[in-house]
Amino acid sequence: MELKEKIAGNEPFPGIVHDTPGGGIVVSSFDSIINWARSNSLWPLSFATSCCGIEMMSTASAKYDFSRFGFEVARASPRQADVIIIAGTIVNKMAPVLKRLYDQMADPKYVIAMGACAISGGPFFYNTYSVVKGADHIIPVDVYIPGCPPRPEALLHSLISLQEKIKLGMTREQIRGEFKV
Amino acid sequence: MTNEEIKEYISSLAPSATFDETGEWLNILVDPSALKPLMADLRTDKMQMNYLFCLTCVDFKTHLTMVYHLSATTHRQSIVVKANLNRDTPVIETVCDIWRTAEFLEREVFEMFGVNFTNHPDLRKLILEDDFKGFPLRKDFEDPINMIKL
Repeated sequence: MELKEKIAGNEPFPGIVHDTPGGGIVVSSFDSIINWARSNSLWPLSFATSCCGIEMMSTASAKYDFSRFGFEVARASPRQADVIIIAGTIVNKMAPVLKRLYDQMADPKYVIAMGACAISGGPFFYNTYSVVKGADHIIPVDVYIPGCPPRPEALLHSLISLQEKIKLGMTREQIRGEFKV
Repeated sequence: MTNEEIKEYISSLAPSATFDETGEWLNILVDPSALKPLMADLRTDKMQMNYLFCLTCVDFKTHLTMVYHLSATTHRQSIVVKANLNRDTPVIETVCDIWRTAEFLEREVFEMFGVNFTNHPDLRKLILEDDFKGFPLRKDFEDPINMIKL
């Protein structure tokens, strides 16, 4: 559980400030500064396939407002987006579209699977010929949010979790290795 | 027109038609071969059924039943026309030259139930992928990869 402590110990800004007369010197590493910058400016792709999308819109609007945390504007083009929030059911016919959108996004890119449908096919439509049983069959997912649909608070939590994950500066495989007992 | 008048009128057009009044609307069961001329008369003649508001199919395991919900916007009347089809070779004449909306509805029935509509101008799959195998809304449809049997 060292990792969790590591995440909890994330500083607001990575580095040490040495005060000097008339200013200061920051000592840090590029990697952590880049990760810090990236994590605080994640632009989501406007992509929603069902009712979770309504909850996502609510999270984007004034009451919850995820731009407070750096998720400024939903981008209509995958080439300008950093994170794709899979909000809703993915059907077999949508799968190649989702893959293509993901491929068109510029690196580094992140994926959030929002709600039961995106995680496992969902509570309603899972036993059909048409539904993909979890978006992670198509693209790798960074953060999963359970719920049907998850509340906006849960989406905010997942977004902040993603930021912490990015600030940690580890790859998926490294994190998986850390969690292995 | 009362139901009695409609029944009389339709019997004169299609003598083999049988009627069922247990539901909300008058149900008319006709022979598939008699369907097309009857439908054309319903649209143009005194019934003025100018609105096909539902076209679907039902799988009764022993046979398929085509279901057409018709409405006359001028007379404020609705009727249901049904036709039983053989399950192995379901073929019926298209009605999309009478109601244009039937073009897409018949394409959906074609992909979901495998009913072939003769003289349809563009009988392709509507929603499913082009290479999809099987008819998913038939009761005996099986997809062991995606579905668990209940």
